Amino acid sequence: MSRAALLVLADGRFPAGGHAHSGGAEAAVAAGRITDAATLEAFCRGRLHTAGLVAAGLAAAAAGGCDPLALDDAADARTPVPALRTVARKLGRQMMRAARATWPSPELDALAAARPKGAHQPVVLGLAARSAGLAPEDAAYAVVYETVSGPATAVVRLLSLDPFDATAVLARLASDLDGVVAEAVAAAEHVPREGIGALPARSAPLLDITAQQHAAWPVRLFAS
Amino acid sequence: MHLDHDLDEKFPHRHTYSAAEPRRPDGTRRAVRIGLGGPVGSGKTATVAALCRALRDELSIAVVTNDIYTREDAEFLLREAVLPPERITAVETGACPHTAIRDDISANLEAVEDLEDTLSTGKGGPLDLILVESGGDNLTATFSKGLVDFQIFVIDVAGGDDIPRKGGPGVTTADLLVINKTDLAPYVGSDLEGMARDAKAQRGELPVAFTAIKSENGVAPVADWVRERLAEWTAGPA
Repeated sequence: MSRAALLVLADGRFPAGGHAHSGGAEAAVAAGRITDAATLEAFCRGRLHTAGLVAAGLAAAAAGGCDPLALDDAADARTPVPALRTVARKLGRQMMRAARATWPSPELDALAAARPKGAHQPVVLGLAARSAGLAPEDAAYAVVYETVSGPATAVVRLLSLDPFDATAVLARLASDLDGVVAEAVAAAEHVPREGIGALPARSAPLLDITAQQHAAWPVRLFAS
Repeated sequence: MHLDHDLDEKFPHRHTYSAAEPRRPDGTRRAVRIGLGGPVGSGKTATVAALCRALRDELSIAVVTNDIYTREDAEFLLREAVLPPERITAVETGACPHTAIRDDISANLEAVEDLEDTLSTGKGGPLDLILVESGGDNLTATFSKGLVDFQIFVIDVAGGDDIPRKGGPGVTTADLLVINKTDLAPYVGSDLEGMARDAKAQRGELPVAFTAIKSENGVAPVADWVRERLAEWTAGPA
């Protein structure tokens, strides 16, 4: 495996559509729940330990060779609101395009053929990591980093937050990221013996509710 | 040079997802894709609307809009009924219009592909032309060659007659530079001849069209240029 490949995959400039999404931060800013670096950190920590853990588990399992279609169903079951399912599939399709051009593989082709309008993004990301020769742990790292860096970047734009403060938030979350990755990878290792049910299924109801509301806003900067 | 050409041999389709590939999966040449960029308020949406009206009886057309924070451009085109709603798609750009047309074109490529898929068998036959309109941006915004085949940069005389002199990637490299709202030049004190001279200095042989898009048949020079590009595109290798 190549550690550098992980940097390519986890780079915010990887052309897979993430820049147009705030990970729920736009709704939280509008509601007054994110107002500064401290509230951004609290938001990111909450998202990391709920949606982030679930996504990291799915990605680690996909990178470890679990059936991506079963994982895609598992992702649907763990994504209760239609708005976030739509976003996850849209971003999955964009990730698929970038992954097939960068690390082509028969497994990516097979998933693209089975889900032409997009599989859930963490599943595609996990499979992309596998095609790049990366390990489940690497895929989980890419996912958890994206889980917190997306909202942090968005809040810099939404609140004109000092970008150094936003980056310091990410640095302070590093040990949380390590912990969530370890939990996700451990769960994914249980899947071959115990089935998909071994994957984490936490949720953040407020993120779900506000995502559904945000999808109906007539004026917004971010797609989600 | 492709260092991973072994992958190209095993996965020849890996590069078939962007404008670099001129054919549809069935081997026919796909619709030509033309991007329209330029600063806010220069008349991009008005140009798209006028192009649709001028060309819709002879060509099968679709439009992708890239609004910055609203769906206003798409809704304007729908309200004006320049095309049926199924031929207009809006892409959301997350506060960065140039990112969506240059650095990360994935959402726009999907919009283009979906239009090709859904309209290929419908009334009017396969698409001939897809117009991709950028959100209003600055003078450095250009379209990726992975997204469009040709690009038009739209500026206007009221935005300052020094813009052609200032140059920038949009002004200097676009396949067509449109300088719009010439009818306003006397009222804003813009020197059209100076703009033409500066544009020539920046662009060499690349064409410039002076237009008053909102006047009767004002889009004609742009529509003619689009017809030429389409003829050139269609004549390319199958």
